[in-house]
Amino acid sequence: MKTTRREFMAFSLALGSLAASASFASAAEIKALFMSQAAYSETDVKAMTASFEAANPGDTVKLEFVPYDGLYDKIVASKAAGASAYDVVLYDVIWPATFAQNEVLQDVTARLDGIDKSQVFDGAWATVTYDKKYYGMPWILDTKYLFYNKEILDKAGIANPPKTWAELAEQAKIIKDKKLVEYPIVWSWAQAEAVVCDYTTITAANGGQFYADGKPAFEQGGSLEAVKYMTESLKSGLSNPNSKEYLEEDVRKVFSAGEAAFALNWTYMYGMTQKPEESKVVGKVGIAPAPGVSGKSEASAVNGSMALGITAGSQNADLSWKYIMHMTAQKTQNQYAQLSLPIWKSSYADAAVSKGQEPVVAAANISIGLMTPRPMVASYPELSAILQAAIQSALTGKESPEAAMAGASEAAARIR
Amino acid sequence: MSDRGRDVTKPASIFKQKSPSRPGLPSFWLLLAPLLIVMIAIVAYPFMQTIILSFTDAKLLSGFSKSHWIGFENYGFALTDPDFLAALKRTLYFTATSVGFEAVLGIGVGLLLNQEFYGRTFCRALLVLPWALPTIVNALMWRLIYHPDFGGLNAALTQPGLMENYRSWLGEESSAMNAIIVADVWKNYPIVALIVLAALQNAPKELYEAAKLEGANAWACFKVVTWPAIVAPLGVALVLRSIEALKVFDIIFVMTRGGPASSTKTISFFVYQESFGFNRVGSGASYALITVLVAMVFVGFYVRMLKQSGAQS
Repeated sequence: MKTTRREFMAFSLALGSLAASASFASAAEIKALFMSQAAYSETDVKAMTASFEAANPGDTVKLEFVPYDGLYDKIVASKAAGASAYDVVLYDVIWPATFAQNEVLQDVTARLDGIDKSQVFDGAWATVTYDKKYYGMPWILDTKYLFYNKEILDKAGIANPPKTWAELAEQAKIIKDKKLVEYPIVWSWAQAEAVVCDYTTITAANGGQFYADGKPAFEQGGSLEAVKYMTESLKSGLSNPNSKEYLEEDVRKVFSAGEAAFALNWTYMYGMTQKPEESKVVGKVGIAPAPGVSGKSEASAVNGSMALGITAGSQNADLSWKYIMHMTAQKTQNQYAQLSLPIWKSSYADAAVSKGQEPVVAAANISIGLMTPRPMVASYPELSAILQAAIQSALTGKESPEAAMAGASEAAARIR
Repeated sequence: MSDRGRDVTKPASIFKQKSPSRPGLPSFWLLLAPLLIVMIAIVAYPFMQTIILSFTDAKLLSGFSKSHWIGFENYGFALTDPDFLAALKRTLYFTATSVGFEAVLGIGVGLLLNQEFYGRTFCRALLVLPWALPTIVNALMWRLIYHPDFGGLNAALTQPGLMENYRSWLGEESSAMNAIIVADVWKNYPIVALIVLAALQNAPKELYEAAKLEGANAWACFKVVTWPAIVAPLGVALVLRSIEALKVFDIIFVMTRGGPASSTKTISFFVYQESFGFNRVGSGASYALITVLVAMVFVGFYVRMLKQSGAQS
C-alpha cells in the first residue's frame, strides 16, 4: 500500500511538471495555417519560418499546409469550434467581408499605424480592408498572366504575343491549323474558384460589371461577353477540352509538357517552368499581361492577392504579429521573389528581385495596376458557387451562355 | 410515494426473478446507466440539437446563441430549391445504379467463389482488397485512371482502337456520374459478395442434390435453393449499402467536387456547403434531416420487401 502511494505521488509530480512544461512551451509557440498550391512553395514558407525562429530564440511556429480549397473550411471550422486552433492564418482577397462581419480575425488597424501604407500596392491593401478597418497584412500580391511558348509562336510565324483576347483566338487558330499542338490554349476551368478568376479577368477586359443598380447582372455586357468567349474557345477546339476539369497545377503540367502554346496562370508558373526537373519548356516561356479588348482595355487582371491575419481566438497576438511582420517584410519577400512577387513597390526596381525573371516583373508592372476585384459581398462563397456552376453549365454546352448567366443572376438574387 | 415505490421495484423484481440469490444488486436501470449516458451524449443530444437547429437561422460563425426560431422556413427553402431537387434526383440515380450493380456483381462473384477450384482461398482474400481501401485512396486512384492526359483508361481504350481520341471522363457531363459509379461499385461490391458467400455456406447441400435428381437446371436450382438462402442476408447488405450511397460525399468530393456543371453534386454536398461554406448551419441541419428522411424511406421499403420474401419462403 505504501509503495502504491509513493508511486502515485511520483506519478502526479511527473504529470504536474509535464503540464508546467507544456504551458511554458505554449507561451512561445504559435500555430500558422498556409496553403500548398500556388505562390510561395512549402519549402519557401518553411525556410522563412526557420529564419524567424533563428532570430527569435525560444519562439516556435507550428506550420500546417492545406490545399487552397481547404483554407476557408479550416479557418471557419476552427473558429466555430470555439477556441481557435490557429494563431496566424493565410486568407484570400475574397473573404475579408465574411471574416470581418463574423469576427474571425483581429482588427489590426492600430498595429499598422507605424507602417507607411503608400509603400505597398493598393491592390494588396484591398485584401485586408473591410469597412475602413484592417484585418491583417497583405503577403501574396498575385494576378493571372498570359504565358506563351515562344518556340511554338516562332514556328507559327507569330512575332508578338496577343494584345487582345480576339487576337489570342486568331493566333491559336494559326497554331492549330499548322498542327503545332492539338489544343493551343489551356485553362483552369474546373468547378472551383479558379474558373471565377479567369471569368473575372475576361469580364474586366470587356469593361463588364457584376451588378447593375445593386442587382446581379451577370447576363449583361462584359460579363456575358466573357462567358461567350470562354464557351466559343472550347467549341472551336482552340482550348483544351480538359480545361473543364483542370485546376492551376494541371494547367502548369500541360503547359510545361509543351502541349499548349498559351496558358493563363499565376506568377508562380514562370519560376516552375524554368526548373528542368519540372518542365520541358525551360527557356522557351514568355509572359505577358492578360490581354485586353480593342476599344475597351489594353490589358486585364484579376486581384488574386492573399494576406496573413491573426485569428480572433489567438492567445498570442503579439508574437503572431511579430511573425507576420517577419513574413511580409520587404527583406524576406525580396529574398523569396522567385515564385511570388513582393507587395512592396520599391522591390520592383531592385535588380536582385528581378534577376532571372525580368519578363515577369515587366508584365507585373502593367498588370498590378489593373487588378480587378471579384464581387465584394459578404456572401461571396455562395455567389462564387453559383457562378462556378453557371459558367460550367455554359462551358459544357448544357445551357447557352445567356441562359446560364441569367440563371446565375436569378440564383444570386435568391441568396439569403 | 406509492407510485415511486412501484416504479423502482418493477424492473428490480424482474431482475430478482432471474437471480434471486443476489438481493443486494442494483436495478438494471442503474447497470444500464453508463451506456445510456454515453448514448445520450453522443447520439441523442446531437440529434436533438440538429433537429432544433434546423428550425432556426443559426450561423456557424456567430454562435448558436444568437439564432432565431424561424419554423419551417429552412425546409421550405430546401424543398423549393430547384438545384436541391435536381441533386436529390441525381442522388437517387447514384444509389439505385451503384447498389444495383453491386448486388448483381456481388451475387455473381459470391457464387463463383463458392465453387471448388484451385486458388480459391487466394481469390477470396483478394476480394476484400478494394473494400479495405480507404475511400479517399480509391477516389484518387480512379481519378488517375480517368485522367484525361495520362490516365490508364484512355490508353487502354485507344491503343486497341476501341476509341479514337482521349476523353475527359470526369470533365464531361455525360460520363462524370457514371465514371464515379464505376469507382464506387468497384470498391463496394466485395462486401455484398462476402455476405452472399457467407450465406451460401448455409445453403443445404442435400437440397441441391434433390433438385438435381428431380432434373432441375442451373437456373431452377438458383431460384429454388440458392435464392431463398441468400435473400435475407443480401437484403441486409443492400439496406446498408443504400444508406451509405444516399449519404455519398467523399468519393465525389475528391473526384469531381460536384462538377462539371454540378452534374455530380449530391444532396450531402448541400449539407456541407450550407453549414461550412455559406455559414448557415441551421439550414445545413434541415438539409441533413431531409437526407435522413430519404434514407428512412429506403429502409422502410427494404424492410417491407424482406418481410414479404420471408413470408413467401
